[in-house]
Amino acid sequence: MADASSKPVARPQRPLSPHLQIYTPLINMVMSILHRLTGAALYFGTLLLAWWLIAAATGPAYFDYVSSWFSPWYGQAVLIGYTWALFHHMLGGVRHFIWDLGYGYDLRTVDQLSWGSGALSLIITGLIWLGVAFARGGF
Amino acid sequence: MAMRTPLKTARQLGSAKEGADHFWKQRVTAVANLVLGLFLVWLIASLVGADHATVKAKLANPVIALGLLALIVSGTVHMRLGMQTIIEDYVHKDGSKIVLLMLNTFFAAAIALTSVYAILKLSFGG
Repeated sequence: MADASSKPVARPQRPLSPHLQIYTPLINMVMSILHRLTGAALYFGTLLLAWWLIAAATGPAYFDYVSSWFSPWYGQAVLIGYTWALFHHMLGGVRHFIWDLGYGYDLRTVDQLSWGSGALSLIITGLIWLGVAFARGGF
Repeated sequence: MAMRTPLKTARQLGSAKEGADHFWKQRVTAVANLVLGLFLVWLIASLVGADHATVKAKLANPVIALGLLALIVSGTVHMRLGMQTIIEDYVHKDGSKIVLLMLNTFFAAAIALTSVYAILKLSFGG
């Protein structure tokens, strides 16, 4: 039998399988990539949640210090970005559930689900932070 | 001629010896995270700008503490599985793959343990 790990053999120059750069970006492809990216962002973002919980458990002084990182524009930007990543990933998950159950595989529906979940993630994020700003008397 | 016994069908675990375990856990935690993630957004949004005493009182509420604990457990299991898939997709050298898969587990465990500790301290730490 052939031993795959033995000495290297000169291989014929076969065509390589095409990768991402060869394809026109389609919306379901973009959403799939964003699903993975937002998942990774949420992964590292849990550091912020853990940090916040530890701060609350530590005491007022340290809590105020941690809060001071989230109050300026860059802190708010991170929170808004995290909210968007969460909803994008969440709605992407719902889209995947629909596909897991065997529905929505015709191209029209695939496009609609992809555009829809992307748009909805932006709308929900906007509404939540407008609501927060409004509740805090920002307007 | 079939050389296989029906045992493999009975075990339903396939060549990786874990069957659809990864897939299924990812889905179960995803469903849980759908609800718990919305809960987290509500919690954070309602606490933006709140002082320490308010936050502490809210997080010490049993219902909120239990919700957060559930989110931490479900969330860290889900994210560990997800990152495992990313690592397995992109890292092909055995050495780096094993190291990264271990770091992935340690990271998820560290997030889970520190968060759970903080929540329990807020509830029971006086």
